[in-house]
Amino acid sequence: MTSKRTGIESSLAIAEAVKLANTDVIAAYPITPQTHIVEGLAEMVANGELDAEYIPVESEHSAMSACLGSSAVGARTFTATAGQGLILMHEVLLVAASMRLPIVMTVANRALSGPLNVWGDQSDVMSVRDSGWIQIFVENGQQAFDQVICAFYIAEHPDVLLPTMINVDGFHVSHVIESVEMLDRKTVDGFLPPYKHKYALDPDNPVTMGCFAAPNMYTETRKDLDTVLRDSRKVILDVWRKWAELTGRHYRPIEQYKADKAETLLVTVGGYSENAMDAIDKMQKEGKKVGLVRVRLWRPFPIEETVQALSGASNVIVFDRAISLGGPAPICSEIRSALYSVDRKPRIASIVGGLGGRDVSPADFEKIVELGLERIKDGRADETYMYGVRE
Amino acid sequence: METLSIYVPKLVTKGEYIASGHRACSGCGEVLAVRYVCKALGRNSIISMATGCMEIISSPLPESAWEVPWIHTLFENASAVASGIESGIKALKRKHGYTKEVKVVAMGGDGGTADIGLQSLSGALERGHDFLYVCYDNEAYMNTGIQRSSETPFGASTTTAPAGKKSMGQHTWKKNMAAIAAAHNIPYVATSCSSYPFDIMAKVEKAVKVKGPSYIHILSVCPTGWRCRSSQTIKVGRLAVETGIFPVYEIENGQYKLNIDLLHLRPIEDYLKVQGRYRHLTKDSIAEIQVKVVEEYNKVRQLAGLKVIK
Repeated sequence: MTSKRTGIESSLAIAEAVKLANTDVIAAYPITPQTHIVEGLAEMVANGELDAEYIPVESEHSAMSACLGSSAVGARTFTATAGQGLILMHEVLLVAASMRLPIVMTVANRALSGPLNVWGDQSDVMSVRDSGWIQIFVENGQQAFDQVICAFYIAEHPDVLLPTMINVDGFHVSHVIESVEMLDRKTVDGFLPPYKHKYALDPDNPVTMGCFAAPNMYTETRKDLDTVLRDSRKVILDVWRKWAELTGRHYRPIEQYKADKAETLLVTVGGYSENAMDAIDKMQKEGKKVGLVRVRLWRPFPIEETVQALSGASNVIVFDRAISLGGPAPICSEIRSALYSVDRKPRIASIVGGLGGRDVSPADFEKIVELGLERIKDGRADETYMYGVRE
Repeated sequence: METLSIYVPKLVTKGEYIASGHRACSGCGEVLAVRYVCKALGRNSIISMATGCMEIISSPLPESAWEVPWIHTLFENASAVASGIESGIKALKRKHGYTKEVKVVAMGGDGGTADIGLQSLSGALERGHDFLYVCYDNEAYMNTGIQRSSETPFGASTTTAPAGKKSMGQHTWKKNMAAIAAAHNIPYVATSCSSYPFDIMAKVEKAVKVKGPSYIHILSVCPTGWRCRSSQTIKVGRLAVETGIFPVYEIENGQYKLNIDLLHLRPIEDYLKVQGRYRHLTKDSIAEIQVKVVEEYNKVRQLAGLKVIK
């Protein structure tokens, strides 16, 4: 393997990964904080560094629709979006999954209107949770680079053929310049098999894509999609294993940080996890028995690994960077449900924060852990608590 | 002339790319138009179709009436999907040894074209993709039960703009999609009608030969929604053209050409009276429509450099 360590903005590292994957078609519409990714790609195409068709569409709805078309003829396809863009795409996302088109997309996670807010938040991806896409979270530029290349492998694998979404926190990850180890084209070519759609739109072998299903057929089509998405787990693990062999960087559906023997586990998702790590380091030095668990694979949801990682603790404090208005916070809801059938259940506190780009520092995470423990002690753990609300 | 009319149909391919057994209503003008379009396209085509009558009648899982590769995804995005298909093929040709010459075609009804799909159509035309868009205009949302669209003509009664004691039905004039398409400065725009098979086929053949986007707007008679007899489909379509309410023309590189050039228009009443959707119209409103029809017909004549008629 040949690699080179470079200081680069995460968005541009993602563009590099898309280039190294020798992507054929990019269809995208500008939206903050995703723009640097597609600007990077447009520049590569304009300079002849990447031989691809760049379709500057007139909306995110059309971006994903154009992706459906190019993926359906067998071209490797990429797009990126954020916040409202993802919501405008929502209708098309469902079709991408149900038609088994292996489009890869990065989402620079952003808050949802209203009020309008362009900053980081994970409410956008939570709104499309049930769209049938494989959904993966990353925490920094290196992981974004790695996961975009892995995403093509996973999505296009003949046993999967599902669109795959890599979630990157808007600004806090997307716009940060980091030290990233880049691979060269030859290494990526050796890792990533070419995309070949078995049933592509082809006049020599005409297929009909996108029939409607009456009540006598619809349930079966949904069952089929659900099964494929659940089973994609095997391929995801296999691709990550191969990636670890190649690069030495390991990924798991649920990842732990200094979580052994911890009585209290903090659960985070995405870029703020690195702030949480600092908090855990400090608290452990002070003799506190706390550890960190991070959700990497959001769909298909890794129930087994969640139970394994969390069931030994006495207290679990789940930090969601998204709000479900009028209901339980999305990640916490999933975790509670996964732990329900465990005999010795930890007590679970739900904290929501970091909305619309608000910082959550290591010191904040210390407070969040204390607050969670207090609420568990006071018997108020069932309510979702919003951290840092100014009264 | 007589020998020619016997001879010409023999030149048309016997190939059928939309199979019989589809579930269109009897007398459907739209599926006839689809059939002619597909005959002219031939088998080296990929069709991206919007949700609507033609999609529903042709693709109930696990069956399909399509003999060419066909994709339906949503209502408003047939053009965007087509732009992805066209771009994908371009990349495959350049990078992966793809050698087929494929015609990329998007199709939709009037709702999928002039209303909900207008943005994606405009985007794809403006970007200059090499594709053909065909609008099958039956002048309302027939698939969902005859609701009005922006292509529903003035005075027609639909389920969401019904004629009543205080309403004469549709009170807006039909949106001019051919002019909108032409405003994108694309090389080829045409109108046609489901009652004129040779006109449709000739225009499709022309459209797919041009480099870049082309647009064909086909008035498609819908006996179910227009409340006319299903045995009268061809006649009603011909009346639409002969009364001048639907002029048949081409716009090649901005140049208008009236293909069916009528010096004397039949009275509009001939067309209106055979359709139940106009049953409620008074003499006054028919007269109002007549004035507008001549006015609009003359606009096309003038654009085509022809003398106006009375």
